[in-house]
Amino acid sequence: MATTRDWLLDDSPSSRLQARLGRSYRLSHALARNPLAMVGAIIVLTLILVALFAPWIATHSPIGQDLAMRLKPPSWDNWMGTDELGRDIWSRVVYGARITLMIVALVAVLAAPVGLIVGAVAGYFGGWTDRILMGITDIFLSMPKLILALAFVAALGPGIQNAIIAIAIATWPGYARIARAETLTIRNSEFVAAVELQGASSFRVIVNHILPLCTSSMIIRVTLDMAGIILTAAGLGFIGLGAQPPLPEWGAMISRGRSFILDQWWVATMPGFAIVIVSLGFCFLGDGLRDVLDPKHGDRQ
Amino acid sequence: MNALAIDNLDISYGDSKVTHGIGFNVAEGESFALVGESGSGKTTVLKAIAGMAKSWTGSISVFGAPRSHGIDRGFAKQCQMVFQDPYGSLHPRKTVDATLSEPLAIHGIGDSGARVDEVMQSVGLDRRFRFRFPHQLSGGQRQRVAIARALILKPQMLLLDEPTSALDVSVQAEILNLLKRLRREQGLTYLMVTHNLPVVSFLCDRLAVMRHGRVVEIADVDQLKRGALVDPYSRELTKFSAAHLQN
Repeated sequence: MATTRDWLLDDSPSSRLQARLGRSYRLSHALARNPLAMVGAIIVLTLILVALFAPWIATHSPIGQDLAMRLKPPSWDNWMGTDELGRDIWSRVVYGARITLMIVALVAVLAAPVGLIVGAVAGYFGGWTDRILMGITDIFLSMPKLILALAFVAALGPGIQNAIIAIAIATWPGYARIARAETLTIRNSEFVAAVELQGASSFRVIVNHILPLCTSSMIIRVTLDMAGIILTAAGLGFIGLGAQPPLPEWGAMISRGRSFILDQWWVATMPGFAIVIVSLGFCFLGDGLRDVLDPKHGDRQ
Repeated sequence: MNALAIDNLDISYGDSKVTHGIGFNVAEGESFALVGESGSGKTTVLKAIAGMAKSWTGSISVFGAPRSHGIDRGFAKQCQMVFQDPYGSLHPRKTVDATLSEPLAIHGIGDSGARVDEVMQSVGLDRRFRFRFPHQLSGGQRQRVAIARALILKPQMLLLDEPTSALDVSVQAEILNLLKRLRREQGLTYLMVTHNLPVVSFLCDRLAVMRHGRVVEIADVDQLKRGALVDPYSRELTKFSAAHLQN
């Protein structure tokens, strides 16, 4: 083990691969020293594992109804109780992790690259390109996220795919703003001037030299936004425009439990806990990543 | 043939004119210095030649070919620039190897492994630095990387923008010796901007003194050494520089 560690931390790496691995090792080491970040990482990892192995972790079917068992409180048999159709809430929460993870991952994959590229192009070229692109961004940014998502879902029709597209459309402008701000600070640095003097094309400068410096703040921002994305998805589910029954989406589950909240508190509370814990996990992880990756906190690699 | 011929050059930033009727020639293989206090427009002249300051009138020609108002690939192979601050001129997330291979990739030159090795050797960087990141290097090592990056396309002329002013004194001497050796070995032409007159006497053959965007005097470095500059401002500059050295 010691030799692997030495190899990774070698001050003068002998290959590109070793230099890169060494850097990731230092980063993960720094992350591991941050307790809150570790809590966040464990929560997110648990979410991923639960989503992957849902059929083995769930004790019941998430959609199987049993009207004789409706609205039972938490017990050995039903760990989180049952809902108004006698479905096991634990199993629904476990399967709901899949939906939540899918929403979060797809929104990140759709919105982050679009925002990154729009922002970097606007910041790099400046002038009219910047004005037009940022004008479009501002239009999207001026509307509240949930309202914008609502409008899109209303236009596209309710459903989980449309909710994902709507949330992605509402999220990218924030990323474009950050990427532009970051690009503006990098754009006039001498290392960019140096590659330009070597005859590099604008495409090459943006992709190879500017984007790599924007990605760490983007990763931080996306991770911190995951909580908001989960909440927006849950909000859409709650008002019936997100996942449709019988899909066990957490927001929709809370909405169903609302009618019994005083007498059968567990129906709405259990998915609520799930949302809170997962959102917190992403926030902690995002904060930890910021401490490790953010160049403004010093280059402590 | 002149490596660089500048005639009647007026450079402006927006509406304000920074230089007025600049003109000088640099012979092939010569080392020429532009000296003057800050704000005299010397770095701006360098930027106009490199293509970074785009709005100018007059004429600039490099090895007989007139310069366009921007950056082009052909010019990049003839002439490269070394920046003042080695902390700002290297990409913080790229290893020395990546920084040095980039120009080769841009110009589609293969065999980058061997060329990087060769150029690192010629600027006196040990092979073990090859996969380090800039934050793992000292200021002097970083400036060597910056010089290596300028040399890897095998240009005939280097534009040096105060290449030693951001370094401490002992390292300055190393870098100056390196520049002197590289010029001898590779027959390079230097155009250097500086306000440090001892550096001029050490490295350059001729100099132009600039003030308020005008060239007030072009002289041999011998004249500088003998204190025989003619223009009153140049004399003042030498006197001030000598007094500064004694302190």
